[in-house]
Amino acid sequence: MLEIRDLDAGYGDVRVLSGVSLSIGPGEIVALLGPNGSGKSTLLTAIAGLLRPRAGSIRWQGEDLTALRPHLVVERGLALVPEGRRLFGSMTVEENLELGAFAARARREQAAGLERVYALFPDLRGRRRQLVRSLSGGQQQMVAVGRALMARPTLLMLDEPSLGIAPRLVASIFEALADINRAGVGIFLVEQNVQAALTLAHRAYVLESGRIAAHGPAADLLRDPHVRRAYLGPLAVHG
Amino acid sequence: MLAQQLVLGLLIGGLYGLAAAGLSLVFGVMKVLDVAHGELIMLGGYAAFWAVAIFGLDPFGSLALVIPLSLLFGVVLYLVLFSFVVRADEETRVKNSLLIGFGLALAFHALAVRLWTADERSIVTPYGGSVILVGDLAIPVVRLLSLLVAFLLIGGLHLLLARWRWGKAIRATAEDWQAALLTGIDVRRAYLLAFALGTGLAGAAGTLVSVGYSISPSIGLEWTLKALIVVVLAGLGSMLGTFVGGLVLGVAEAASAAAFGGPYREVVGLVIFVVVLIARPRGLFGR
Repeated sequence: MLEIRDLDAGYGDVRVLSGVSLSIGPGEIVALLGPNGSGKSTLLTAIAGLLRPRAGSIRWQGEDLTALRPHLVVERGLALVPEGRRLFGSMTVEENLELGAFAARARREQAAGLERVYALFPDLRGRRRQLVRSLSGGQQQMVAVGRALMARPTLLMLDEPSLGIAPRLVASIFEALADINRAGVGIFLVEQNVQAALTLAHRAYVLESGRIAAHGPAADLLRDPHVRRAYLGPLAVHG
Repeated sequence: MLAQQLVLGLLIGGLYGLAAAGLSLVFGVMKVLDVAHGELIMLGGYAAFWAVAIFGLDPFGSLALVIPLSLLFGVVLYLVLFSFVVRADEETRVKNSLLIGFGLALAFHALAVRLWTADERSIVTPYGGSVILVGDLAIPVVRLLSLLVAFLLIGGLHLLLARWRWGKAIRATAEDWQAALLTGIDVRRAYLLAFALGTGLAGAAGTLVSVGYSISPSIGLEWTLKALIVVVLAGLGSMLGTFVGGLVLGVAEAASAAAFGGPYREVVGLVIFVVVLIARPRGLFGR
């Protein structure tokens, strides 16, 4: 469904991604692992259309996304929950969610979408009139996931959803992701919490210095000695 | 006497607020500093002047013509010039918009002198001389109406931004344009709408200036400065705050003119500008 071939991308003189190829099938959960600075966020940014790749192709259901402006990528069914959430802090929870359904296709189902998000994150229902910036980090992350879901995506991309969030809330966000996937939505997950990511995912890619260093079924990578040493190591105890 | 000065200051302050609202909207949303905003006000003033002179419209009624014309003019200006500016990163946008703005200001000024001479003009109305007496205070009816209209326009803009789908999109774009793109908002359309609204507000402000005060081709810079001071004073993000900021500037100018004499009227605004920048860079109501 998503097919990336030989992607080169970067900022100014800095080349961040070189020759990245990967694919995500319908309804699949794919994790993207790798150290800081390996280009994970850059890859998501490029798929979302915020960064024009230098070379290579990003095809989605047969269409080349690199030619599309970002708001049209959302319209095609790819929604990104960006790193740091990037919510509209001076607006209420519900206003943020409604803006998530801005595209014409999603707007028709806005009311149903809101219900779905509140069913998924019951915490948010009682806070719908609250300003987003008054929420805790975990609640904000729920709004961020909810806002992306409002766009009715076929593929939901998330950049570090557990960053800076209380462990209890991380667990509930991962549970929500599993629920979302059960409804048929594919998930592409960049995550520092490798244990949690590989437990949830079907497959995973490892990105190192802008290149795909390994990929395979999540269960295999979880057992892979190199992956264990590099990403689980002593941190696995806390993960 | 002092009270009379302060009331007049309050009345013109409403126009400062209206003039600043357009500039604030454009800067807040597009990160573009349109230093030709005062010239847009000037052009709006002339549009109203001729609408009254040619069609015999009521000066306040001419708003119904001037505002749509200004909106349209804003669309054209955006498509021809500013749509290219917003493609750059934010720092470059400000620099480029300053260059374009100064160029536009000069061009509009020269054009206005050419078309309408450098004479001062103002719209004369049958009720132009009427005043309402409140105790010792004489309140000019036209200026009071102008304040009221300015307030209604700002209130309308506030509602538009709070309730309208694209109003919310404009606010979202102002807060984080990349996040706005990720929610599926066509940010360039939000820019276009914000610029058109900003120009529409400038046209409305110009109309009110030409009714209660006077216009000439050279008033642009003065109004750009007033608007800029109010934007700094009030901060970005709240249109009602901008209006209050305008009132504050109007009253402060009147108070300083009364205390130190007329020539100091202009100085107080610049003092406020510097003090606010040092003490509260986000402005009184900024987010």
